[in-house]
Amino acid sequence: MDGQRAIAVEDVSKRFRLYHERPSSLKERVLRFRRPRAEEFWALRDVGFEVPPGKTWGLVGPNGSGKTTLLKIIGGILRPTHGTVTTRGRIAALLELGAGFHPELTGRENVYLNASILGLSKQETDRYFDDIVAFAEIEDFIDNQVKFYSSGMFVRLGFAVAVHVDPEILLIDEVLAVGDEGFQKKCLDRVGEMQKEGRTIVFVTHAMAFVQQICDSATLLDSGRMRASGDTEQVIREFRAVMARRRTGLTEEAATREVEIADVDLLDGKGRPNSMVAPGQSLSVQIELHANRPVDDPIVVVGIHNVRDEWVFTSDTERLEVKLGRLEGKLRVTFDLKAIPLLEGQYFLTIGVRDRANEVVYDWHNRQYPFDVIRNVKGGLVIPVDVRTERL
Amino acid sequence: MSATETVVRTNDPPRLRPFKRLAELWRNREILGNLARKELRVRYKSTVLGVAWSMLNPLLYLVVFYVVFTFFLPNAIPDFPIYLLSGLLPWTLFSSGLSGATTSILSGGNLVTKVAFPHELLPLATVRAQTVNFGFQLIVLVGFLIAFGHPLFHRGVILLPLALGVLLLFIVALGFATATWNVRYRDTGHLVELALLMWFWSTPIVYPAATVLGPDGLGSLGRTLYLLNPLTNVVLAFQRGIYGGTSEEGLDLLPAPGLRWYGFRLLAVGAVSLGILALSWRLFYRRSGDFAEEL
Repeated sequence: MDGQRAIAVEDVSKRFRLYHERPSSLKERVLRFRRPRAEEFWALRDVGFEVPPGKTWGLVGPNGSGKTTLLKIIGGILRPTHGTVTTRGRIAALLELGAGFHPELTGRENVYLNASILGLSKQETDRYFDDIVAFAEIEDFIDNQVKFYSSGMFVRLGFAVAVHVDPEILLIDEVLAVGDEGFQKKCLDRVGEMQKEGRTIVFVTHAMAFVQQICDSATLLDSGRMRASGDTEQVIREFRAVMARRRTGLTEEAATREVEIADVDLLDGKGRPNSMVAPGQSLSVQIELHANRPVDDPIVVVGIHNVRDEWVFTSDTERLEVKLGRLEGKLRVTFDLKAIPLLEGQYFLTIGVRDRANEVVYDWHNRQYPFDVIRNVKGGLVIPVDVRTERL
Repeated sequence: MSATETVVRTNDPPRLRPFKRLAELWRNREILGNLARKELRVRYKSTVLGVAWSMLNPLLYLVVFYVVFTFFLPNAIPDFPIYLLSGLLPWTLFSSGLSGATTSILSGGNLVTKVAFPHELLPLATVRAQTVNFGFQLIVLVGFLIAFGHPLFHRGVILLPLALGVLLLFIVALGFATATWNVRYRDTGHLVELALLMWFWSTPIVYPAATVLGPDGLGSLGRTLYLLNPLTNVVLAFQRGIYGGTSEEGLDLLPAPGLRWYGFRLLAVGAVSLGILALSWRLFYRRSGDFAEEL
């Protein structure tokens, strides 16, 4: 293999067999006399890309698109059904933070166990031990059993061990989605350091902001197939398109379509299309409605979900005391969210139109418009800067 | 950092190259140590007696069998506690090692599905942990030898390292196969427990081999079959190495006074174990790529 790539994924497909009645006992197997009926399910289909050494590659896609399966194949945990994966160098796979932590053992014992499984020697672990504990911020609890840890402490310790492992290739599966904001920033900083040290990183994420900030290239998976690969901007665009096509939710099915949501645009404080906003900045949601039939006093609803599917915000024109009156033809409604008080992360906008009595839903786009709240990773808050020059 | 190595993964089950794989396992020996330590620590966490339990265990067995074989079914074995322990301890190592290895992949599922590491380490770690336990239990046995005023060292002791080595090899050889099967068919674990029960009574542990092999015992075919049991040979070697030094009457209960008889048999069991290992390791290795999927 030439020195041009650290990871080569060539035409990889992965088939899982889903047994309806899995013969997990000999008796069943004997009584059946034949192999049980298995439903085949292709988690990956003909996926291929090459990661050059020292680069950071993003793997994105909706839930169930095969990202984690691919990561497990690259990491050597699963075998590809077809195709080849070639890797060059020591791999550390962070599929789950604290995988293998045993609740009965103390933090210290678990650090040594986990570190050795991830490939650190005893001496190396000794050397990094204080750093690991300091990074996880659990100095006072390191000799307590892990079962008494909060989930935050557990995850912090898991990440702390993982980032001190010294791999040439690092596989990260959405682990940055955990922990509080401060810790996330610390983790991102650490990932940045590892990038500078020339490590190859494959990074699974839902958050387009991360892809934009830290990935050199990316691959978009959807239902196991590659939809886009290479340039991050293109992958992000395709990802948004895929998400927009996925219209789900009961409310939507009930929609009468008397009024349709024809277009939704997200604009930043300067009126430019932008789906990334810093905490505290403003975001405008521009909604274009088409009435297929005249309706009276429709209510436009806007809501925000976080990645854990929790409502974090909702408002509507009724609450804001705006009357739309009789709606015929087209109408543009713009919500100016003056200051986004949200933490960093990915969020999803829901837009809906209903009648005043809340009996009829005209149209409902459930969680279809993702946007990211980000900070500049290196420098804290994004500060809007204007430059003026004066000739003296 | 180790030299950069290139790994190619395809659907073809990898071919086992025993020496290369052995080197790989050796490189990962720290994981083995840590997994074994974890198993021991976890077992005695939140217990008042801690490690003492591993010593208490054979003592409690001893009390039970002592009561049974002194009052209910009296026998004429001199120094019965020492006779019993010298067979019971290797047996305990065998049975706990084998049943532990059988379920090791399942109980290590959390690791198997999340981290890439040589899966052989899971059954091996269990066996190693049980060997440590065996060491603790040996202390109890030594205590009895001293208490009864018997010599710790005599000629037969040289059989013990070989006997232990062969026993471990046999456990690992069987354990790789049962661990593999148990991933797909969970009945394997139950079958192993049942087999162990029958196996226990087909091995001279609570009764002397002389009863079975003597003129009132089995016929010649039965005797041959009885002695084909690898565990019988291993246990007899342990008995010769420990109990054989206690008294002349004791030595008479064993099939042969000399050491050569045991040595040859141990070598034969070792050879058979290697043969089984060649098959079972290959099976384990080929299937281990699918463990993460099947768990």
